[in-house]
Amino acid sequence: MNPFTYSRTNDAQQAVAEISAKPQAKFLGGGTNLIDLMKMGVETPDALIDINRLPLAQIEELPGGKGVRIGAMVRNSELAGHDLIKSRYPVLSEALLSGASPQLRNMATVGGNLLQRTRCYYFYDPAFPACNKRMPGSGCGAIDGYNRIHAILGQSDHCISTHPSDMCVALSALEAIVRVRGPNGEREIPMTDFHRLPGDTPERDTNLKPYELIIAVDLPAMPFATRSHYLKVRDRASYAFALVSVAAALDLDSNKTIKAARVALGGVAHKPWRAEKLENVLAGKKADENTFRAAAEAELAAAKGYKYNSFKIELAKRAIVRALSTVAGMS
Amino acid sequence: MASDSDVPFESEADGVSELSILGYLETRRKFIKQVAGTSAAIAIVPNLLSAASLDQAKTTSAAGAASDSAKVNLKINGKDYALDVDPRVTLLDALRERLHLTGSKKGCDHGQCGACTVLLNGRRINSCLSLAVTHEGDEITTIEGLANGEELHPMQAAFIEHDGFQCGYCTSGQICSAVACVKEGHANSDDEIREWMSGNICRCGAYPNILAAIKEAKTKVRT
Repeated sequence: MNPFTYSRTNDAQQAVAEISAKPQAKFLGGGTNLIDLMKMGVETPDALIDINRLPLAQIEELPGGKGVRIGAMVRNSELAGHDLIKSRYPVLSEALLSGASPQLRNMATVGGNLLQRTRCYYFYDPAFPACNKRMPGSGCGAIDGYNRIHAILGQSDHCISTHPSDMCVALSALEAIVRVRGPNGEREIPMTDFHRLPGDTPERDTNLKPYELIIAVDLPAMPFATRSHYLKVRDRASYAFALVSVAAALDLDSNKTIKAARVALGGVAHKPWRAEKLENVLAGKKADENTFRAAAEAELAAAKGYKYNSFKIELAKRAIVRALSTVAGMS
Repeated sequence: MASDSDVPFESEADGVSELSILGYLETRRKFIKQVAGTSAAIAIVPNLLSAASLDQAKTTSAAGAASDSAKVNLKINGKDYALDVDPRVTLLDALRERLHLTGSKKGCDHGQCGACTVLLNGRRINSCLSLAVTHEGDEITTIEGLANGEELHPMQAAFIEHDGFQCGYCTSGQICSAVACVKEGHANSDDEIREWMSGNICRCGAYPNILAAIKEAKTKVRT
């Protein structure tokens, strides 16, 4: 691990001021991804600013029934187990509990989870010479390499890696808002705009600006999200990243006609994939398997597979149908 | 970096508890020490060699600018420790290399196997992915801190009773994790225990016996 200086602050404004003066510094939250990447030599910050003691660990209702605010330092296990989340946004609780292990969930923060980096083998191991995300311009080892876990939607000739988070897939379906603070004050970033597609700059995972600190995530009120579910398909029954995952919420009338749908996919793209085409096909239709399959076909029409991951296209369609069927069957 | 002599610890403490829980491990450690001089042994068991990771850190440090050392106060198994550490030192390395609490094991060193599991303020974490310097004022419980004097923690006793290990390398992490699993209320069925213990890998495949141990200990653990 490269040498770095260490400092700690319990004030968000101070944290932003400090990182503004240290361009190569990183904020340290739970460390479950950053410390690992530093051991691998992928991340080499010259300073860590420990933000674990920032007073941003609350989960609270927003005034006027506008939803729930989650502090950036809330641990994944706290969030998954919180009554407000379990009762109003079960898809988020399920997504969190499907990720990592109990130990890691006790460490990992909401802000850090948003900033998880891809688990693409070619990115994670500097022994591989080519990775445009790790070393811009060096090429992509995955496109013609072993690409079983890679993207089928929104990828570019420069990068076919996927975003690894489960939590972010649920946040995308729930239309969450990420609140950040930078040198010029606070701003809000809708979840769908927080992460980005690789294009020709895959080294950038998000649309955060330099020196910005995530301070909270707001979940807007979504009464029908009580009827929501997270389905994760993976190689093991537990403790594995998603091959494909689906976060789904349905607003149904008494005749099981779909008034609105919110669906996002994980494991398929460089960002949590909000499935708007699918949502549009579902709107106004009867909630049944034929409808779900047609919507899944529409969403995956543009999908492109590679040598080892083409199975994901049909897998994603079937996962969508299963997740929506589960949600439709909820009382 | 301050020398170990300014740190209060009892050098026999970990040896005693480990011997009483998993007596044969001591024999294995002696064996490993004996063969560790050969390059073959180093290649096979790099993480078992106590000096390896620190030597590596020193080399990196010598090549670049040295990290500042930092002071941190920790309460480990009820005892206060004042450490002066390089910020790169993980909690696991501080426990093992500085405080000689070698019950917590370094398996993968990447948060994937759970052998390094300890309790941080009562909650289980992977000590290999946590920097020691971040834990100012925190209370940490390791496998060495579970027993009440000579009386084993019910989870330790149940692991012995049900043969919840073969080689024993993952066991201290399994036991710490299992104590937390029960305390969290996540040990109400076989499937629930399997899911909530999935962060602890056992390459010997002692899972059925680990499950049996946790089920029995659940009825005896003081929560």
